[in-house]
Amino acid sequence: MKQRHPRQFLEPLCFLSPALVVLAAVTLYPILYVLWLSLQRWSLIAGGHGFIGLQNYVRLAHDGRFWNALSNTVYFTGVSVALELVLGLAIAVLLHRAFPGKGLMRAVLLIPWAVPTVVSAKMWGWMYNADYGIFNYLLGTQVNWLGSPAWALHAAILMDVWKTVPFVAILLMAGLAGVPPELYQAARVDGASPWMIFRRVTLPQLRPLILVVLIFRTIDAFRVFDAIYVLTGGGPANTTETLSIYAYKILFQTLQFGYGSTLAVVVFFCVGLITLAYLRAMRKAGA
Amino acid sequence: MKRLWFHFQLVVLAFWCLGPFLWQSATSLKPATQLTRLPPILPQPPTPEHYLTIFRDYPFLHIIINSIVVAAATTLLALAIGALAAFALGPLAMKGRALVLTFVLSVSMFPPIATVSPLYLIIQNLGLRDTVAALILTYTTFSLPLAIWVLTHFFRNLPTELYLAARVDGCTAFQAFRRVLLPLSAPGLVATGLVVFIFSWNEFLYALTFTATVSSRTVPVAIALFPGLHEVPWGEIAAASIVVTLPIVVLAFAFQRRIIEGLTAGSVKG
Amino acid sequence: MAAIQFEHVVKRFGETMVLPDLDLTIADREFFTFVGPSGCGKSTILNLIAGLEPLSSGNLRLDGGRVNALSPRDRDVAMVFQNYALYPHLTVYENIAFPLRVRKVDRESIAAGVQEVAKLLGLDAFLHRKPRELSGGQRQRVALGRALIRKPKAFLMDEPLSNLDARLRIEMRAELKRIHAEYRITTVYVTHDQEEAMALSDRIAILYQGQIQQVGTPGEIYHRPGNRFVARFVGSPPMDMLDGSLLKEMPAFGPLFGKLPPDEVEFGARPSDVMVNTRQEGPALEVQVQTIEPVGRDTWVDGVWKGIPVKGCLASGAKISAGDKAFFHVLFDRLHPFEKSSGQRLSL
Repeated sequence: MKQRHPRQFLEPLCFLSPALVVLAAVTLYPILYVLWLSLQRWSLIAGGHGFIGLQNYVRLAHDGRFWNALSNTVYFTGVSVALELVLGLAIAVLLHRAFPGKGLMRAVLLIPWAVPTVVSAKMWGWMYNADYGIFNYLLGTQVNWLGSPAWALHAAILMDVWKTVPFVAILLMAGLAGVPPELYQAARVDGASPWMIFRRVTLPQLRPLILVVLIFRTIDAFRVFDAIYVLTGGGPANTTETLSIYAYKILFQTLQFGYGSTLAVVVFFCVGLITLAYLRAMRKAGA
Repeated sequence: MKRLWFHFQLVVLAFWCLGPFLWQSATSLKPATQLTRLPPILPQPPTPEHYLTIFRDYPFLHIIINSIVVAAATTLLALAIGALAAFALGPLAMKGRALVLTFVLSVSMFPPIATVSPLYLIIQNLGLRDTVAALILTYTTFSLPLAIWVLTHFFRNLPTELYLAARVDGCTAFQAFRRVLLPLSAPGLVATGLVVFIFSWNEFLYALTFTATVSSRTVPVAIALFPGLHEVPWGEIAAASIVVTLPIVVLAFAFQRRIIEGLTAGSVKG
Repeated sequence: MAAIQFEHVVKRFGETMVLPDLDLTIADREFFTFVGPSGCGKSTILNLIAGLEPLSSGNLRLDGGRVNALSPRDRDVAMVFQNYALYPHLTVYENIAFPLRVRKVDRESIAAGVQEVAKLLGLDAFLHRKPRELSGGQRQRVALGRALIRKPKAFLMDEPLSNLDARLRIEMRAELKRIHAEYRITTVYVTHDQEEAMALSDRIAILYQGQIQQVGTPGEIYHRPGNRFVARFVGSPPMDMLDGSLLKEMPAFGPLFGKLPPDEVEFGARPSDVMVNTRQEGPALEVQVQTIEPVGRDTWVDGVWKGIPVKGCLASGAKISAGDKAFFHVLFDRLHPFEKSSGQRLSL
C-alpha cells in the first residue's frame, strides 16, 4: 500500500509561499506585463492605447539612437568589467596576507561600494567640473570632461571603476582566503616563481569565483542607470546614453509606454543572454 | 624596504577609496565665495553654513527619515520572508528546490528598467504613487534573492541533526525553526540585514520613478534633484553627500566582517 | 514502554532500495540492536521509527497502533544521535529541558525532571555550561538526559558511542545497561560494533544490505550463526573458513562430514577454538606460520593452510616463531558447517 507523504512538499511550501507570492507579484507579473506593453502603442500623454503587434520592435531595429545606446552600453560594460577584474585581482593579491589594520583596510574598501551611486556621481561630477573641478586644477588642463563627446563616456567608466574595483577586490580576497595554503607550499617546494604560482595555482582555484564575479559585474554594468543619469544625464549628444537611460527617457520623458517597454524588454533579453553565456562557460569550467 | 613599498601601496589604495570623499568634505565646509575658486583647496575658514542650509531651507531631515523607514522596513520584511524561504529550501529540503533557487537567483539579475514601466502603472492604479509603501514592497522583492541565497547557505552549514533532534524532541517544523535554527543563524541574519539595508538606502531608479514629492522621497533622489535656482548649489550638495555618507562609513567600519560575510556567503568555497 | 512492529516495511530512496522487506517485532521493554556494516540500512530503520522518514510501503506499529503517517512529535519516542546533536546555543539545563519546554510543561515540573536526570547521569555540576565546554563523554550524557527526561515509549540510539575513545566507550556501555535496567524503556540500538551489540542487547538483528541475516539473543548468534555472513561478522577475531573439498583429503577429517557432500560444505572455526601447537595431538591442519600477535592473555597465530589464511590460539606453554610449521587443532564439535553456495548453516 503506497503512502504519499505530504511532508516533503506541502509543508516546506507553506514556508516558501510568502517569498514566492511576493516574487511572483512584483517580478513575474510585471515581466509578462512589460512584454504585453511592448506590443502596444501606449502614450500616457495622448491617452488610450492599442495593440500594434511587433511594430515597436521593427521601429527599434531602425532606431539609430537605440543602436547608439547599445554600443555605448557594450563599450561601457566591456571596458569597466575588464579594468575592474584586473585591478581588483591585483589588489586582492596585494592584500592577501596578514597585516595590522587589515580589518580597517577592508572597511575602507567597502566604502566606495556602500555609498549611494548618486552620491558618488555628484562627487565625481564636482571633481570633473570644467570650471571649478579639482581634476582640471591638478592637471593644469581646461578639459570639459563631462561635456566633451570624446571624454564623457570614459569619465563615466572611470567613476564606475573607482566605485567597483575595491568591491571586486574584497570578493576576490575572500576567494583567495579559501585556497588551501598547502598548494602554495607545494608549489614553492617544487621551485615555482611567484608569477608561475599565480598562473598555475591561484588563478585556477579562483576561476569559479572569478566567473561568478564576472557574471554579476557584467550584468550590473550592462543595466547601469544611476551613475550615468546623475553624472551626465546621457549627454553630451547621447555619447553616454546607455540602454537603460534611453529606455527611461522614452518612458518618463516622452511618456511612450509602449515603445519604452520594448526597449526595456530588449535590455532584459540581453541580460538573459549574457547570463546564459556565462552559465555555459561555468559549466564548462566545471564549477 | 619591501615593507615600506607595501605600506606605500596601502596608502595609495586608501587614498583611491577615500580621496573623493575628502575633497567633498572640504567642499562642504567652504564658504560660498570660495566654492568657485581654485586655489584655495582647503576652506579658509571652514564654515557650517551649507550643513545648516540643507536642514533649514530644505526638508532634508524628513527625507532622511523616509530613507530610514524604507530601509528598515525592507530589511525586516526581507529577513522574515527570506528566513522562512531559506528554511524550506535548506533544512526542510523541499522537493524541487534546485529549480526554486534558480528562479530566485534569476530574479536578482532582472534589470530594474525592465520592470519599472509595468510597476509604475500598477502602483499608480493602486493609488500607491508617492508612498513609501510602494518602495518598501519593491525593495523587499528585489532583496529577497540575496536574503534567500545567503540564509540558505547559513542554514545548510548548520548540522542537519539539530533540526531532526528538535523534531524528535517534539517540535513542529515551525517551532524547530524558531527555537533552534533561527538563533543559530544570527550571524547570517545580521550579515544579510546589513547588505539589504545598504541596498535599500542606495536604490535610485525605482525611488526616482515611484516618488513624486518630498513626502516619500528618499535620499538618493533628493541628492540627484537638488534644487538650485540660478546655479548648482555645490556646497549644499557636498554637505548632503557627507551627511549621507557618514552613517555608511560608521556601518562599514563597525560591521565590515559581517557585511563581507553577507556578500561572499555561498559564492566562495567553504 | 511499547512494542515496535515492522510489517513488511519497504523503504526506497528514489531508485535505490534500502530495505526490501523488513518484518519483525521488537518486544516491549526489550534492548534490541541492529548491527551491520556501514550502509546496511540501520540508521534508516531508526529514522522510520522516529518518523523522520516516511515508509515506502508496509506498516509500522508502535504500542499496537499504526503510526505510518504520524509526525515525530506525536510518536513519543526519543532519539540519541551519533553526534549528540546538542543545541549549541542552550545550556546543559536548557538542552535537557527542551523536550518539556516544547510541550509547555510548567517550570517546577521541568526543574524537578532535570534535577532527577542530572543526578542520575552525574551532570549536576555542568547544568549551566554550554555544550562546547564539555568533553565527549559529558556531551553524550547530556544527549541521554534529553532523551530520558520525557520517559518516552522508546529510545532510539544511533551509534551513540562511536565517537568516544575506547575506554570511555566501555564505561558508557555499562551506564547504558544500568539505565535500561532501571527504566526498562524499549530501546532500539544501532551500531556497527558487534562486540558492543553483544554486550548490551537482549536480542540482536544482523543486517546486511537492508536484509536481516539473523535475529536472536547474543548467545544464539555467537554459538549458532545462521549463515556465513553472521559467522564472520560476529566474534573477534573473525572465523576461519575451511573449505570442505580441501579438508576431505585428510583422512582424520573423514567422520566430520557425515552425510554431507564435502565439496559443497565449508566449516567455520573461531580462532579461540583452534589450538595451535608444535606437535600434533589430534585432528589438525599443517600450517605455515606467518605472524604472531601476543595480545595479553592469548597469543594469536596467523598462518597459511593450502593457500587459505587461518588464525588460531597458541596453547599455553607452547613456543613458536614466524616461519615455523605448526599444527592447528580443530575440535569437531566447535565447527560450524555452511553450505558453500548459499552460505546457510547446515545440520550435521
